[in-house]
Amino acid sequence: MSAIEPPVERIWWKQPLDRVEGTWIVIAFVWCIVMFVMMPYWHIYGKQNLSNEAYRTTAEAYLKKATESAEKTTVRTETDLKIPVVHPAPGGDAYLVARLWQWWPMLELEEGKTYRIHLASMDFLHGFSLQPENINIQVHPGYEHIVTVTPTRAGTYSIICNEYCGINHHTMASKLYVVK
Amino acid sequence: MINRNFRTDPATGLVFHETAEKLIRANAVAAVVSLLVGGILAFFVIMTRWPAVHLLPADWFYLVLTAHGVDMLVLWIIFFEIAVLYFAGCVLLKCRLAAPKWAWTGFWLMVIGGIMNNVAVFRGDSSVMFTSYVPMGAHPAFYLGLILFAVGALIGCFVFLGSLVVAKSEKTYNGSLPLVTFGAVVACIIAVFTIASGAIILIPTFLWSVGLIPTIDSLMYKTVWWAFGHSSQQINVSAHVAIWYAIAAIVFGAKPMSEKVSRGAFLLYIFFLQLASAHHLLSDPGLTSNWKIFNTSYAMYLAVLASMVHGLTVPGAIEVAQRQKGYNRGLFEWLRKAPWGNPVFSGMFISLVGFGFLGGISGVMMGTEQLNLIIHNTIYVPGHFHATVVVGTTLAFMAMTYFLIPTLFRREIMFPKLAKWQPYLFGLGMSGFALFMMGAGTLGVPRRHWDMTFAGNPLGYEFAGTAYLMMGLTAICGLIAIIGGGAYLLITVGSVFFGKKIDVPEYRTLTLREGAAPRPVRQPVAVAIGAHHGNIGIAGFVAPGTFTLAMVFLVAFVLYYFVNWKYLSTVWPLS
Repeated sequence: MSAIEPPVERIWWKQPLDRVEGTWIVIAFVWCIVMFVMMPYWHIYGKQNLSNEAYRTTAEAYLKKATESAEKTTVRTETDLKIPVVHPAPGGDAYLVARLWQWWPMLELEEGKTYRIHLASMDFLHGFSLQPENINIQVHPGYEHIVTVTPTRAGTYSIICNEYCGINHHTMASKLYVVK
Repeated sequence: MINRNFRTDPATGLVFHETAEKLIRANAVAAVVSLLVGGILAFFVIMTRWPAVHLLPADWFYLVLTAHGVDMLVLWIIFFEIAVLYFAGCVLLKCRLAAPKWAWTGFWLMVIGGIMNNVAVFRGDSSVMFTSYVPMGAHPAFYLGLILFAVGALIGCFVFLGSLVVAKSEKTYNGSLPLVTFGAVVACIIAVFTIASGAIILIPTFLWSVGLIPTIDSLMYKTVWWAFGHSSQQINVSAHVAIWYAIAAIVFGAKPMSEKVSRGAFLLYIFFLQLASAHHLLSDPGLTSNWKIFNTSYAMYLAVLASMVHGLTVPGAIEVAQRQKGYNRGLFEWLRKAPWGNPVFSGMFISLVGFGFLGGISGVMMGTEQLNLIIHNTIYVPGHFHATVVVGTTLAFMAMTYFLIPTLFRREIMFPKLAKWQPYLFGLGMSGFALFMMGAGTLGVPRRHWDMTFAGNPLGYEFAGTAYLMMGLTAICGLIAIIGGGAYLLITVGSVFFGKKIDVPEYRTLTLREGAAPRPVRQPVAVAIGAHHGNIGIAGFVAPGTFTLAMVFLVAFVLYYFVNWKYLSTVWPLS
């Protein structure tokens, strides 16, 4: 009789479809295919795709690379903690270290230039969240993720952490400068 | 000695097995207690994230948020789901419960596990959030509690499956399973998969927490954990869709438009829904785009298709039932004349609409590989899942409770006026809550974050004024939902303990022969299969009103989906 009782027709699978259901299934399926195709389409024609380039690393190895790179490209330091601001060569590599509870160093990029930004965590999971652009990338310990970005507008941006990483998670924030 | 005591409820004709009834009650009570604890915690979460109030200190906020996640997403939902399984199994099939001692063992394991986990959290050294991502570690009791709880739930699943075997062998029903029971079987199969995934990741994590395993890879953990964490939400989807069908049947006597379509859609859940777990890893390194696209599209969105089908067939079945009763005028007379004052119906209908429009559309949007970049870990994410798990699942469970109190607990509903308003308060409050959180998320406000003002931090980010407005509105809507949730607790606890007793004949022992279902009367095949909807509807569509609503849904879906692609195209190029 109803949905809480066994079907009256023992051979219910032979009952023909209602027109409402048949039409809706076709429409919904077409829409599902459109949504599916959008993802490969964007890989070919879209400009915002997350990089698949990642390597296994360790905290020590990554920190060493990041420190060496920062030593070569530091242009000034900021805040009481003397956090270096690095200005990597356009087209070059920039290293960002995520650790409790700091992004190190600060990056200064040039508008319209492309950079390979390396991301890795020294301890827990962290969340790279660039504001107000609102680009969000998960940062793992033991994985070096290389993301190619092209800043399009000059200005001062913020990187905040949006993966919970302990009691001072909400203090983990940094600046990113884009200059002309 | 097998307990064969059954009672019949004269009002509904349902048949309750004594042992099954006790277990359903016990699980429902444990669920409501968890909801009470989780609801109190929700108040503190809301009041802390409201920037103008900012109630708790940081350590308490993260502790309370961890406990809120566990108590709501695990304890409340799964206790209730075990009750739903026993109901859909034993009550709908009029059979006895298989292995009652195992069922009680499972129940007590769940209780002990739940308490153990909560104690670990409230001790203060396990504020690792519900997801407990390694290498951040919690107290071993945190993981052990979850493991015990999961084992208990697994036992419950197998007791349910055993009861189906009992029903079949004792011939308590004829033909195929009722659709609602079929939906419960789907939920149960997904639950077994889910709990197995939970065991695969939580047992090593427990061993790691006591020092027996040196390290656990964070990406491996996250991948397997979500096969548990997200799949458990798929149990909810199957369970609450089954409840939608049950309520349509109970309130309207609605029968599924076609069994084939509804069952086929449930089957798609089994095949494809678990793949959705992958959409938690869209912004993570170390996984390829091919893997992400295949999995997060649920292999071409076949599970989304299933939900879109249920979203049509449930109200469609109601429309057909209403039209056959004579509410056949125009597109929406059937809906206008629906019992909007009956919380069983209004709760179910708000759950359906909220789940589809708010939870469904936002979920598919942010589960798209590239679009996830502009959403990942913002407060949009809890916005989305409060629309699915709270407006969708919790509200459906609440609606079901208003049916269960008179039939299962045999008490009249106390405060009937309040009960009439409760689904609106809770459903609409929670919908607003979810919507404004999504709004704040698109402005970049992070989730699980104690201080969006970054007070005293020279490197902090200053969010736009709109983001603060959104968070304020989120909190106000959240408080409305909490009042609605409080009303639910007041009504259920009040009714169960102090409600006026409804006298129904007690249990009597049934013999096997008495318990067997009568042989069905053979009908001519043509009558059974033919056009049984009669002369209703418009232009050959038996449910034109539902179809119109479905098209409105589709237009909203398409627009919202492409608006987000447009937004993505404006952010910095990434490759």
